[in-house]
Amino acid sequence: MDIMSWLGALPGASAQGIIWGLMAIGVFVTYRILDIADLTVDGSMVTGAAVCAVLVTSGVNVWLSLLVALLAGMLTGLLTGVFHTVLGIPAILSGILTQLMLWSVNLKIMGRANIALPSRQYDLILNNKQVWLTIAILIGFSIVLIAVLYWFFGTELGASLRATGNNLNMSRAQGINTNFTKVLGLVISNGIVALSGALLAQYQGFSDINQGRGAIVIGLAAVIIGEAILSHVSSGFVYRLLAVIGGGIIYFMVYQTVIFIGLDADLLKMLSALVVAVFLGAPYIKKTYFKKKKKGGVHHA
Amino acid sequence: MLELRNITKIFNAGTVNEKTALSQLSLTLNPGDFVTIIGGNGAGKSTMLNVVAGVYSTDEGEIYIDGVNVTSLPEHKRAQYIGRVFQDPMMGTAADMWVEENLAIADRRGKRRGFKWAITKQDKEAYREAIAELDLGLENRMTTKMGLLSGGQRQAITLLMATLKRPKILLLDEHTAALDPKTAAKVLEITDRLITENNLTALMVTHNMKDAIAHGNRLIMMNAGQIVLDVSGEEKKNLTIEILLEKFSQASGAEFASDRALLG
Repeated sequence: MDIMSWLGALPGASAQGIIWGLMAIGVFVTYRILDIADLTVDGSMVTGAAVCAVLVTSGVNVWLSLLVALLAGMLTGLLTGVFHTVLGIPAILSGILTQLMLWSVNLKIMGRANIALPSRQYDLILNNKQVWLTIAILIGFSIVLIAVLYWFFGTELGASLRATGNNLNMSRAQGINTNFTKVLGLVISNGIVALSGALLAQYQGFSDINQGRGAIVIGLAAVIIGEAILSHVSSGFVYRLLAVIGGGIIYFMVYQTVIFIGLDADLLKMLSALVVAVFLGAPYIKKTYFKKKKKGGVHHA
Repeated sequence: MLELRNITKIFNAGTVNEKTALSQLSLTLNPGDFVTIIGGNGAGKSTMLNVVAGVYSTDEGEIYIDGVNVTSLPEHKRAQYIGRVFQDPMMGTAADMWVEENLAIADRRGKRRGFKWAITKQDKEAYREAIAELDLGLENRMTTKMGLLSGGQRQAITLLMATLKRPKILLLDEHTAALDPKTAAKVLEITDRLITENNLTALMVTHNMKDAIAHGNRLIMMNAGQIVLDVSGEEKKNLTIEILLEKFSQASGAEFASDRALLG
């Protein structure tokens, strides 16, 4: 537990942070742009990992495997979108339903609970032995993803998606098919999440049926940490996405640090959830309780 | 331009809360008609507008816009014919998007939204000019988030958004009711101007009898889901609040039940 080994773990934490930051950009698309809390991601992240691991271990090119993982993730988003818009099920429940279905689907894809994906045996894009190379490649992925999203949300279609998340009434009054834009947003989001799942499987050297548990919370944590710490600098779209990746990195730095301090690893999920709860609750607490205090002060005066 | 044929709309049918909001209602608007609509609470004014806009489906009857039967078109498809401004200033615009982005959204009403840039340089210039004509000093705030503007400013921009693509029908659902009197007067003035300039056909619901008399070329009064009074031309010009109140009690057999209409 010396300082050197802590420092030595930071590059790895950064790499993991960027992968989860990419995943959090998927969460950002639904949670921030579309104003939907989509719980599909706990399942679609594993779907991405599972598809990638199965394909690579059966000899398929790793880039092609990534692409298929992306498409598989998009399908999971489509399913949630259909539950929500065609069947009228509330968005949060639609996500839970898909997530539960994906548990079975992911097991069927893998054929078992986990698949080893050792980098010495397969030709992977990234791995945890060459951390700096991995970080460089992940930065490349981030740049491409942010560029594509910047372009997309600048188009007429992307703008209609942003309007949908902002104001359903206005969007429909302006002729936007809000069911379509919601489904499209869920498709894009889960595609990104599955892609990051596939990258994570390569980095870790395995895919596992449990690797998506609580993914939504980590994704939200990255989004919120990024906003809290980095968002006062600029409100530009590219900057907000960069902040999400930054949020992912900070999350895993803290995670690594907490482990080094000697905290029981079993408690980490609880801590993550608590941190997210505090951040999510902060605006409400500010609005509800602090305003009252101020008002009280005026009355006394 | 707009034709409603025997429209019936019943909410909560078959329950103890069943309410007939519109009952066999028929109405024909000629091109260029600017109709003000008054009536007590629950008379069916907003329901009628929402039925036209496609927010609610009809239980009976048919709706034609410029000869096209739109009865079964969903709200977002009907939007190609219709511009709308709501009572709540928050409802007509996207708060987190810029003023010019909101206008760009409105500018694509009725068009396919594809992979072209949502807003071009020419667009920006055109929107700035259109906003400048509102005379609210907003032309230098084109990249301000809509949510940072006041209710009156948002309503004025919503009006501009509703008329930007020259709709066949403009629906105004008490769009000045949430504003202070001075702002309301300003927004009404802009309303008059936009309707006249674009020669629009419009339906304006209001709680304010004075406004209903002062604006438009035709006035209808609703009660219990039906039109009980329909005046236009000279007769409309000679209307006073006293005459309207009298007509209302004649038509409905009751006193006009809304103080807001008298005090406003």
